[in-house]
Amino acid sequence: MTDTALSSTAAQPADGAARSPERRTRRGLPGGGLLIGAVVPVLLLTLWWVVTEVTGTFTAVQLPPPQAVLTAGIGLFESGDLFEHMGISLQRVLIGFAIGAGLGLALGSLLGLSGLADKLLNPTVGAFRAVPSLAWVPLLLLWVGIGEDSKVILIAIGAFFPVFTAIHSALRHVDAQLVEAGRAFGFHGLRLLGTVQLPAVVPSVFSGLRLGLAQAWLFLVAAELLAAAEGLGFLLTESQNNGRTDRLLLAIVLLALLGKLTDTLLGVLERKALKTWA
Amino acid sequence: MISPASTLTDYTATTAAGPAVPSDATSVAAAKPDSRQQYTSLDVQLSGVGRAFGSRTVLRDVSLQIAPGEVLAILGSSGCGKSTLLRAVGGLDTGSTGEILINGSPVQRYDERTAVGFQEPRLLPWRSIHKNVSLGLPRSLSKAEGRERVDELLELVGLHDRASLRPREISGGMAQRASLARALARRPGVLLLDEPFGALDALTRLKMQDLLLDLHAQTGTTVLLVTHDVDEALQLADRVLLLGQDPADPDPAEGATIARLLSVPGRRPRDRASAELAALRGELFSGLGVDSHSH
Ligand SMILES: Nc1ncnc2c1ncn2[C@@H]1O[C@H](COP(=O)(O)OP(=O)(O)OP(=O)(O)O)[C@@H](O)[C@H]1O
Ligand SMILES: [Mg+2]
Repeated sequence: MTDTALSSTAAQPADGAARSPERRTRRGLPGGGLLIGAVVPVLLLTLWWVVTEVTGTFTAVQLPPPQAVLTAGIGLFESGDLFEHMGISLQRVLIGFAIGAGLGLALGSLLGLSGLADKLLNPTVGAFRAVPSLAWVPLLLLWVGIGEDSKVILIAIGAFFPVFTAIHSALRHVDAQLVEAGRAFGFHGLRLLGTVQLPAVVPSVFSGLRLGLAQAWLFLVAAELLAAAEGLGFLLTESQNNGRTDRLLLAIVLLALLGKLTDTLLGVLERKALKTWA
Repeated sequence: MISPASTLTDYTATTAAGPAVPSDATSVAAAKPDSRQQYTSLDVQLSGVGRAFGSRTVLRDVSLQIAPGEVLAILGSSGCGKSTLLRAVGGLDTGSTGEILINGSPVQRYDERTAVGFQEPRLLPWRSIHKNVSLGLPRSLSKAEGRERVDELLELVGLHDRASLRPREISGGMAQRASLARALARRPGVLLLDEPFGALDALTRLKMQDLLLDLHAQTGTTVLLVTHDVDEALQLADRVLLLGQDPADPDPAEGATIARLLSVPGRRPRDRASAELAALRGELFSGLGVDSHSH
């Protein structure tokens, strides 16, 4: 129905029945984007193979050929070590990320919503954020020891700040006019939060979460490089000490794969959330 | 429509159909709002209302009685305090001085008896039009009742076939209508509209004005309408309040007050070309400091 029916309003539901469906955006071949994205990795892989196997520019210790890395992977898989390293690393990241992101969301919401809490706590949080997070390592080792806890805490610290910063600043910048409209229609407190403020910050919260997840992987490697008996970071140092460049490269590839996988899962959640909230 | 002079004394009128419905409204009323809970129209009484921001006085000494069911247009130059006055009546602004009574009792913070149509539609972008309009529903309503009322309102503003769309998927005029429907959803005793049609093109604007008249005929609610369009005021209002300096005051203080308060004769819809309206138009333009012949 068109604008012209405005003043007669309710009288004519009939012409409204045939409204056009929303336009669909046309896409190219399914998976077309994926194919293009694969071009450069395939080229790199080929180059890697050429400089190691064909021209012999690099020795096997400097840069082992791709299939050596694959063989190393199969070897670790057969001994059962592969999944153990991957599993423990993944576990540490997920627990640390959950804690750090959870605290970041909670504290970020508090400071973003309450002017008083913001004035009271923001300088302190800011001061802690100014400390390069790895500087906490010696203190963590001293206080918590070398076990799982110190690693998870370090990862949580890494995940905390991006998430905190994202939700905090997003809440501070929620369109004041929308908030006022919400209040004018009788919303306040938690209902206002759930109706206007939280939905408004969903997109920024997800970008914060994805940054936090990347940070979590970063801090995992740092923690495992420093002190660990298992995990992908440990595989890195151990391979370095044993001169096993093939395993070293394998660990890097696995870190990339796991990082990409978890980020993709979060991305799927994000898309779902954005569909509902944005 | 009502003549304000005759109803000013009648503060108790909170009847279903408003004080008086123009005869041509019966056909529109066939779209009948549900009969279980009728609209009310409440009177508004301003006594010595003023507002200062810091040391700067924006409004002062605004005293005025608005009858239930009256449509009052508020005119004034930009920045003179029209929105400020409206926000004070709706309880959106707590810093004003003086007294504002609705139906005899003081305005509360975000007063439930009022509903605001903002200058911008202010719809939540992530909600469908239907769910946006539901925001305006009073809490006391059950889910089913609420849904029914929103359906009714969307029909009324001609958006029933757009109910599931998001705000960005509809035009500006439609968004304004959705915003109007949201304001009506709580059946306000006093409807506060802040330049609701300001951003619209001339044609859509005229349609929206007709829609507002239809709605008013059906609901009978009291309307305070801020506008900067003199013709819109003359077309829609029972009375026109011009904010500015009092012309009778030889040494005016800082801040706007009631410069003119004019009753508009004739029942709506009015003939835009009538001589009476032309005289009022001239008076309002000169009150706004505009030479009417240049228009
Ligand atoms: N929150 C505020 N703090 C300080 N000054 C304000 C505030 N709100 C409004 N003012 C001032 O009060 C004056 C009146 O503002 P108001 O919005 O009521 O004007 P208006 O008549 O609605 O103007 P317009 O026609 O342009 O919308 C303006 O000069 C404005 O600068
Ligand atoms: Mg204004």
